[in-house]
Amino acid sequence: MEIIITIIKIIVVLGVMLGCVAYIVLLERRLSAGIQNRIGPNRVGWQGLLQPIADVMKLVFKEDIVPTKANRFIHDLAPIISIGVAMTTFAVIPFGDRINLFGYDIKLQIADVNIGILYILALTSLGVYGLTLSGWSSNSKYPLLGGIRSSAQMISYELSMGLSIIGVIMIAGSLELDTIVEAQAGWRWNIILQPIGFITFVVAAFAETNRLPFDLPEAEPELVAGYHTEYSGMKFALFYLSEYANMFVASAIITTLFLGGWQVPFVHSLGLPDFWVSVIQVFGFLFKIILIVAFFIIIRWTIPRFRYDQLMNLGWKFMLPIAILNLLITGLIILLI
Amino acid sequence: MNFEVVFFFSIAALAIVSAILMITQRNPIKSVIFLIVNFFCIALIYLILHAQFIAIIQILVYAGAIMVLFLFIIMLLNLGDESALTEKIGYKKTIAYVLSAVLLLEIVIGLSLPWTVAASRIHPNANEIGTVEAIGKSLFIDYLLPFEVISMLLLAAIVGVIVLAKKKFQ
Repeated sequence: MEIIITIIKIIVVLGVMLGCVAYIVLLERRLSAGIQNRIGPNRVGWQGLLQPIADVMKLVFKEDIVPTKANRFIHDLAPIISIGVAMTTFAVIPFGDRINLFGYDIKLQIADVNIGILYILALTSLGVYGLTLSGWSSNSKYPLLGGIRSSAQMISYELSMGLSIIGVIMIAGSLELDTIVEAQAGWRWNIILQPIGFITFVVAAFAETNRLPFDLPEAEPELVAGYHTEYSGMKFALFYLSEYANMFVASAIITTLFLGGWQVPFVHSLGLPDFWVSVIQVFGFLFKIILIVAFFIIIRWTIPRFRYDQLMNLGWKFMLPIAILNLLITGLIILLI
Repeated sequence: MNFEVVFFFSIAALAIVSAILMITQRNPIKSVIFLIVNFFCIALIYLILHAQFIAIIQILVYAGAIMVLFLFIIMLLNLGDESALTEKIGYKKTIAYVLSAVLLLEIVIGLSLPWTVAASRIHPNANEIGTVEAIGKSLFIDYLLPFEVISMLLLAAIVGVIVLAKKKFQ
């Protein structure tokens, strides 16, 4: 029975996630259109709501082109790594408290491992392979430059990302994401307790997801489309999907670590039955994620791209010292209290 | 046969196959990929032994950080024609084959001896030993001095590397 429940959870989470990601693409197009004083896609369905389906249909039926001198095996492998890493990261993120459904007490988290944060860090550090290998295997200069940039960028920002989380771990006293969320009950959100950690983590998350202002691996004025220049059809769609899936997962991690996860303040004082409290918490979690995704999108159309040396200087000479300083301050305060 | 044994043997087989593929590939990038697969298999074997922390560190440090640097450097070297990299079988290689055969024999004999079989069983408290809390406690309380000495050694190595790297540019 346990296994069946887990499989159902995986299917539901993956379905919701893919649906959200498809509509995040639409959200990005409509929001960017609004920022640039355009209308954006609004022809397919009401207000363009069927646009993601039309896009997927188009990409599925497109021809898959592999360059003659490309390394076929790695060229096929790279998008699989990208999307696989993006999707499996969600496995440890708790998206709600326990819920009682058809007599079963279900924990709303796929895998409750006691090394939750380390699992997330390990998987995000693997995401770089998809980009680097796609850049190398295309056997073309722009993808190669994009791939090399992405590996250098991700190694640089992983450090400050890991260090900015340690403050949160010290407050909760655990690596389990579940415990971290429970420690943020009420208004004890880590964004208030760890403001510096929050800012460094968000900046590092932008760099890890290759979003503007850090989208050097695919900087279109310099590198055509960067690492996925030589991809077409469904393989390109997988890269596209994994970029937005990464954004969704990064928002989920930010919500879990700093914005109270599924905690919705004051929901217990409303006097609702337990079932509805859990439902409200799940939707609250989703709502927080969508808000952060919208923040990601607005930033993209607001701040210009960094130059490569500026990116490296920011990562090593500014973010890393600030993250270490935050660590020292947090340790000192915990010792004194 | 229970599930754990089946799981262990399939992972072990995959680990050996990926290790062999790693050394037989002509293309260095493919070798790197098979080495990463191998690291994953080893991480899974650690998980079977209830050593979650070591397993995740294996992925985080080896598969996630060190191999990215390997890949980065191989891509930058741009080795070009791979057939130029092949080596002829000389006396060095023959000696290496003999030595590794002896090592393999030693491992097989060592594992089949009665006292090593008893020692290789999973510790009854393995579940507690493998957690982050237990490892943290033993590192920062029981073995604090060796830990700090190693940290100093690593720091000295990092400073040394920077000094050596800076010298060449002057």
